[in-house]
Amino acid sequence: MGFPILTLMIAIPALAAVACLFAGASAARWIALIATLVDLALGVVLWTNYEIGGPQWQFVEHADLFGRFAWALGIDGIALLLIVLSVFLMPICIGASWEAITKRVPEYMAAFLLMETLMIGVFAAQDLYLFYIMFEAGLIPMYLIIGIWGGADRIYASYKFFLYTLLGSVLMLIAMLWMVNFAGTTSIPVLMQTDFPADAQTWLFLAFFASFAVKMPMWPVHTWLPDAHVQAPTAGSVILAGVLLKMGGYGFLRFSLPMFPIASAELFWLVMGLSMVAVVVTSLIALVQEDMKKLIAYSSVAHMAFVTIGLFSFNRQGLEGAMLVMLGHGLVSGALFLCVGIIYDRLHTREIARYGGLATNMPKYALFFLLFTMASVGLPGTSNFVGEFLALVGAYEANSWVAFVATTGIILGAAYMLVLYRGVVYGPLTKEDVAAMPDLSKRELALLLPIAAGVMWMGVYPESFIAPMRADIGAVLARIAPTAPESDAKVVVGPVPHAAAHAEAHH
Amino acid sequence: MPITASLALTLPELILSLGALALLMVAAFGGDGLTRAIGWGAVALLAAAGFSLTGPAGNGGPGFDGLYIADSFSSFAKVLIYIAAAASILIAPGFFARTGQLRAEYPILILLSAVGMGMMVSASDLLTLYVGLELQSLSAYVLASFMRRDTRAAEAGLKYFVLGALASGILLYGISLLYGFTGTTLFAGIADSLGTGISTGEMFGMVFVFAGLAFKISAVPFHMWTPDVYEGAPTPVTAFFASAPKVAGMALLMRVAIDAMGSGTDAWRQIVIFSALASTILGGVAAIGQSNIKRLLAYSSINNVGFALFGLAAGTPEGVAGTLTYMAVYVAMTIGSFLCVLQMRDADGQPVETIASLSGLSRSRPALAAAFAIFMFSLAGIPPLFGFWPKFLVFDALVKAGFWPLAMIGIATSVIGAFYYLKIVKTIYFDEPAADYAPSDSKLEGGLIALSALFVSPLGYLAIPALGVASMAAARSLF
Repeated sequence: MGFPILTLMIAIPALAAVACLFAGASAARWIALIATLVDLALGVVLWTNYEIGGPQWQFVEHADLFGRFAWALGIDGIALLLIVLSVFLMPICIGASWEAITKRVPEYMAAFLLMETLMIGVFAAQDLYLFYIMFEAGLIPMYLIIGIWGGADRIYASYKFFLYTLLGSVLMLIAMLWMVNFAGTTSIPVLMQTDFPADAQTWLFLAFFASFAVKMPMWPVHTWLPDAHVQAPTAGSVILAGVLLKMGGYGFLRFSLPMFPIASAELFWLVMGLSMVAVVVTSLIALVQEDMKKLIAYSSVAHMAFVTIGLFSFNRQGLEGAMLVMLGHGLVSGALFLCVGIIYDRLHTREIARYGGLATNMPKYALFFLLFTMASVGLPGTSNFVGEFLALVGAYEANSWVAFVATTGIILGAAYMLVLYRGVVYGPLTKEDVAAMPDLSKRELALLLPIAAGVMWMGVYPESFIAPMRADIGAVLARIAPTAPESDAKVVVGPVPHAAAHAEAHH
Repeated sequence: MPITASLALTLPELILSLGALALLMVAAFGGDGLTRAIGWGAVALLAAAGFSLTGPAGNGGPGFDGLYIADSFSSFAKVLIYIAAAASILIAPGFFARTGQLRAEYPILILLSAVGMGMMVSASDLLTLYVGLELQSLSAYVLASFMRRDTRAAEAGLKYFVLGALASGILLYGISLLYGFTGTTLFAGIADSLGTGISTGEMFGMVFVFAGLAFKISAVPFHMWTPDVYEGAPTPVTAFFASAPKVAGMALLMRVAIDAMGSGTDAWRQIVIFSALASTILGGVAAIGQSNIKRLLAYSSINNVGFALFGLAAGTPEGVAGTLTYMAVYVAMTIGSFLCVLQMRDADGQPVETIASLSGLSRSRPALAAAFAIFMFSLAGIPPLFGFWPKFLVFDALVKAGFWPLAMIGIATSVIGAFYYLKIVKTIYFDEPAADYAPSDSKLEGGLIALSALFVSPLGYLAIPALGVASMAAARSLF
């Protein structure tokens, strides 16, 4: 066993969280910032030392501390990227809360650091029960973050968030107990290679589905998300949209697909049907929102539907596309919530109609907001384009009707994002209080710049992100390919000239 | 077996009864001024009794011609009972001193109750069981109305006594039926008789015995007394009721169910499953409307007993071990919560019991608020707090025994319970501050809160290997 870098990454924020509780407001801010930056540095070390094409599980640690289950950590490329996303967003969250949060700062910072610990734990856990504990424990800090520092309706939102996700997860726990009793091991890598009986798979899949669908969130159990987002503080929204939603997608990719391939194929239309409804319905709902955060929250549901569509398309393009949508959406939705938070801090309203004409007095802000709006729409050259394109290609290969419906989501997405952007940034600058708003401060610039760079990087050279997970997506594919549902698109693979021309005409 | 060997098996009970009598003399001649010293003496006796379990009393096997048994099951339960009893003694003087009722009988009554509970968990005969149960109950009736001038306490004591007597009657009726149809009161003899088939009379006897015991652990539908008694009794006494007798009752129920009626598992499992589900659901739903923290914790204990019963419903060693672990963690969570309730005092030092008075506690007393929140999340069974682990174990046992649909329903009911635990956390953390509580005046209480909070915090997971081995050894001795 080498240097326990994953344990270190989990321990640093946990210890810093405890330290924050005993510190004053200003000291707590600095402790949190330094701890998250150290974790970011470790994340970079992790990424650079990750051996592409090496063993599937790297940085493996194992200690039998708890009798029935083990402190087993290890990552593959999929987990690596999500961990890097988490540690990348955390310092930005702390920075975003630097001035906006004034009450009970030590507790706030402690809750965020605890979140970071648990997020890394979820992605790095190699033991089923350890995963569950980390997965479920995230409820507590998030409940407190929404409930204490949220807006007016925060209590209702925090209850909804907690009870919805709890109900989903406890059913998953029973499924986990069954799986461990069947397979005789709690090791996730072993379970991923276990063939569960076909009739049991359906039940297991549904139990896991109950948890991941709520977390994701999929229509119709998404209703906790807009409430939670609107009421959470800016950084809470960033972390919720940026990382917590990804736990659902990660769960599908790590558990549902490779462990229950037969059930995944059988329930193809369940997932696809819900996703198709979600893409259209939530996009239409987003179109009529007057609250900026609610609009972005509904757009998150629509984007997450692309993830599920990609994941259940049973082919490489779809899976890789889904991963890239997750990463891209993590950056873009986080940035959009930051953009909302920046003007909310100045005017204390999220109503679109209260703004207008910001391009005149906040040009830098308008530029960044435009970049992230375009990225959310899926403009080529930005992160979401690559992901959504691949996911749709995958969906087309799986079923052309799914691709057809999903593509309308892109059009609707452009519509609601442009409505948002026009309402806030364009138009005449008539309102005095809006005209008095200063442009981005250095701190805000420092928050948005790294995300913008990430969005462009992922859009222009996605290979950096696809390379680490290529082999691991392949491993998942190897498990699900034999049961893949029959496609109606009849895509021909290989260098057949007329087939290539045919495909080009379609895109 | 010579009588001395049998007596050696009952060493903890001997220490406690003789010690309690000696302390009673001290109290009679020394007066109430010596209460604190007597309390410490009682704790020392409990420690000595616990220590004596390392000898033959811990694992010596049956004694008194099969009336009594000392095995690792009884030792596990006794250790828990002694810890809970000691904690109930330690937290009391501060409370009673403030209300002017500091009386020396309190630790002695708890000791006598502990003797009764020790007999309950070591009983291997229906009559030993009954004698132990009554000794425990009689002390409890007195304890419930310990504050004589308080009408609520008097009402609680009376209610407890009337309903408790009824339950004892039901239990005795069941015992007489079992005796009539099997010809013996020994667990082993009953098990032999049931093994050849269960007659209608024996079935009735089993049902009555279960009903009587369900009353003692306040499982639905025999829970009605719980909220009233918990609310009316002095808080340290409530803490005691919610912890030690629950452990004893649950252990007793498991021994009767497995040792005496093991061959009738399929028959009693239905009773246990019904009671478990009804307890978790009713304990969850009925608690939602409560505004008194002690009533809420009463429903919480009904809810938790329901979950513990799921382990017994599995009817396997894993299930019994899960239930034992459940009771161990439950004792820590319950004592901790009631310690927090003890801190709820207005500026004059008088106890406050409304949930609304907890509003904004996180700002006036952050450490107390954090401890309270930890206990609530833990009682709700949210990981990474340790309260998750026993729930995990009992449901694991259910799934292993093939009852996964029941496990699904059972665990879904835990979401109902989570709602009202969240309500407390919400009141503490989200609401605007109410009037401050009086500052803490006891390092001992603070230390005990910290200790129990540490045990249910994620650090508690490090105890899993030890707890797992001990509870499994205890469970195996029943099968």
